[in-house]
Amino acid sequence: MLLEQILNGVMLGMVYALIAVGYSLVFGILRLLNMAHGSIFAFGAHMALFAVAMQWGMPAAFVFSILMTGLLGMAMDRVILAPLRAKNAPNITCLISVIGVSYIIQNMLMICFDSTKKTFPKLFDFGNVEIFGVTLTSAQIMMFLIALVFLVILTIIVNKTKIGLAMRASRENSKAANLMGIDVKKVVTFTFFLSGMCAAVAGVLVSGYYQMVYCTMGTDAGLKGFSAAVLGGIGVLYGSVVGGIVVGVAEALAVAFLGGSFRSAIAYVVLFLVLLIRPSGLFGKDNIDKV
Amino acid sequence: MKILGEIYAKFTDFLDAKKKIVIPVLYLVLILVPFLFKSQYFLRVLCLIGIYAILTMSLNLIAGYMGQTSMGHAALYCLGGYFSGLLGSKLGWPFWITLIFGIIGGAIGGLVLGIATMRLSGSYLAVITLAFGEVVEMIILNFNSVTNGPLGVRNIPRPSLFGWEFTTSNGGFYWLMLVLVTIAVLVSLAVLKSKFGRAVIAIKEDELAAKLMGVNTAKYRVQTIILSGAMAGMAGAFYASMNRYIDANSFNFDISMTILCIVIFGGLGSIPGMIVGSILLISFPEVLRALADYRFVVYGLLLILMMRFRPQGLMGGLSKKPYKLPRGVTLPKALQARKEGSKGKQVG
Repeated sequence: MLLEQILNGVMLGMVYALIAVGYSLVFGILRLLNMAHGSIFAFGAHMALFAVAMQWGMPAAFVFSILMTGLLGMAMDRVILAPLRAKNAPNITCLISVIGVSYIIQNMLMICFDSTKKTFPKLFDFGNVEIFGVTLTSAQIMMFLIALVFLVILTIIVNKTKIGLAMRASRENSKAANLMGIDVKKVVTFTFFLSGMCAAVAGVLVSGYYQMVYCTMGTDAGLKGFSAAVLGGIGVLYGSVVGGIVVGVAEALAVAFLGGSFRSAIAYVVLFLVLLIRPSGLFGKDNIDKV
Repeated sequence: MKILGEIYAKFTDFLDAKKKIVIPVLYLVLILVPFLFKSQYFLRVLCLIGIYAILTMSLNLIAGYMGQTSMGHAALYCLGGYFSGLLGSKLGWPFWITLIFGIIGGAIGGLVLGIATMRLSGSYLAVITLAFGEVVEMIILNFNSVTNGPLGVRNIPRPSLFGWEFTTSNGGFYWLMLVLVTIAVLVSLAVLKSKFGRAVIAIKEDELAAKLMGVNTAKYRVQTIILSGAMAGMAGAFYASMNRYIDANSFNFDISMTILCIVIFGGLGSIPGMIVGSILLISFPEVLRALADYRFVVYGLLLILMMRFRPQGLMGGLSKKPYKLPRGVTLPKALQARKEGSKGKQVG
């Protein structure tokens, strides 16, 4: 029973990890809490729904959703955030702009796709699988594997490629990176593309898992991914993955032992406790004030 | 744009100079509103604006003066509403007493939040306030025996004075709102002009420097959040009594975001900005009902454009008026001479 719940939690936690990584990527470079990430996640799910409705098939829907959502992230950066950065606007200004973007995306989705709950096809179904005496559905396992694959791809991009090196340099010190000939603007835009991509993958996986898509699905998932990111130390990628899994497991255990009404809030209880003890998250670097 | 700015500056200077006439006239007009407009809907929107004015002034203490962002301010509002609503509905206590308990409830929430965030600042503080908001919502939803859980609290009594019951349509709530907003304004002004306020602003400017100057920053931080919680609790108690029904959904994350947006929109640190911001952003979706589904798209656009072209908010930004020294403090002679010499130039 316990093991089963933990495994369930890990499976779902991988998706939260994907969302959390999206937050972390942006926060690492811009120190910006991207509050529109939840809406972008919902946008990704709706793009996939659109592609499925056009009968393009599931793999095409996946790719379409990733591309469209990545482009949305890039557009958001170019059109709205880049001018603010050029003016050296304080962080709170960017935060409010991003909240504005979130309103726009969510309500445009409601206008274009109707605000009802729509059914989404099951992603994979080839019966149940037994691991360690625990039965898991194939949908869960595929969700876990796909999320894992994307996390690995992301890690490779960040750690092994040239653009990844540029991203890491901009994260350390964007001014110095700029002086070294790195086009920080392009790097930031690319980061938004990656972040959007993570949101899209997570969106498709979650809607395939619950077989449901609706416009406000981003609020809850977004906040949960967000708390996962902060839990692990926002800006640290592996921290986000751990955070996501912790949130997923905490949620599964809470549903099993405390009841369904604790489902959505248990993540915040964990977050609250962790931040009380370690203000910068599990793996976050401590901020040192320089005088 | 520049001409507009000059006209605006002259206008505010005029208002400042004629303060003793403008304020009583303004209040007279405001008091007469329910006699002129009898529509219940209109008065209700005005009351909502008042509630948000109080809430934003309360967040302004944290965000505008202390320089920290709170993304869970609705939690403090919620605690005020529930403390007051439950005492009124379950024990039948009169509004005036439950109002005080609402304020205390908000202050208790502020104390918890203040202690939790003592070591944090910036994004992490924002995140923990968010988590605090969600945790409060969870407690309200699951503490069924006291809070009725998702069903909410019903039949919250209306206030009455000498046998006259306050309702929205007879203007009672509107006048009560005016009184509460006035209290909030006075508290904000008092904070701004006191030693306490100066210490809090010092924390915003540079916490480390403030600490080195002997400001007990931890104490002032907690006190500010308690005061802010008390104000939000007052708004919550008022809302509970006006709406007569509350549930956890009346105080969700969206409300926190709305409060934060109004504070930035109106201009961090500016009290008139909070009121004007509330008037604009709360009445906005009501005025634009014709746009139907598009109104929140327009709302989002408005926020973005505002941040792009006037990031300091409607009434925010640096004051151009000369700095007024607090009472009892005099400049050293040398500085005084310099100030006399540079008369006409703007100081500060």
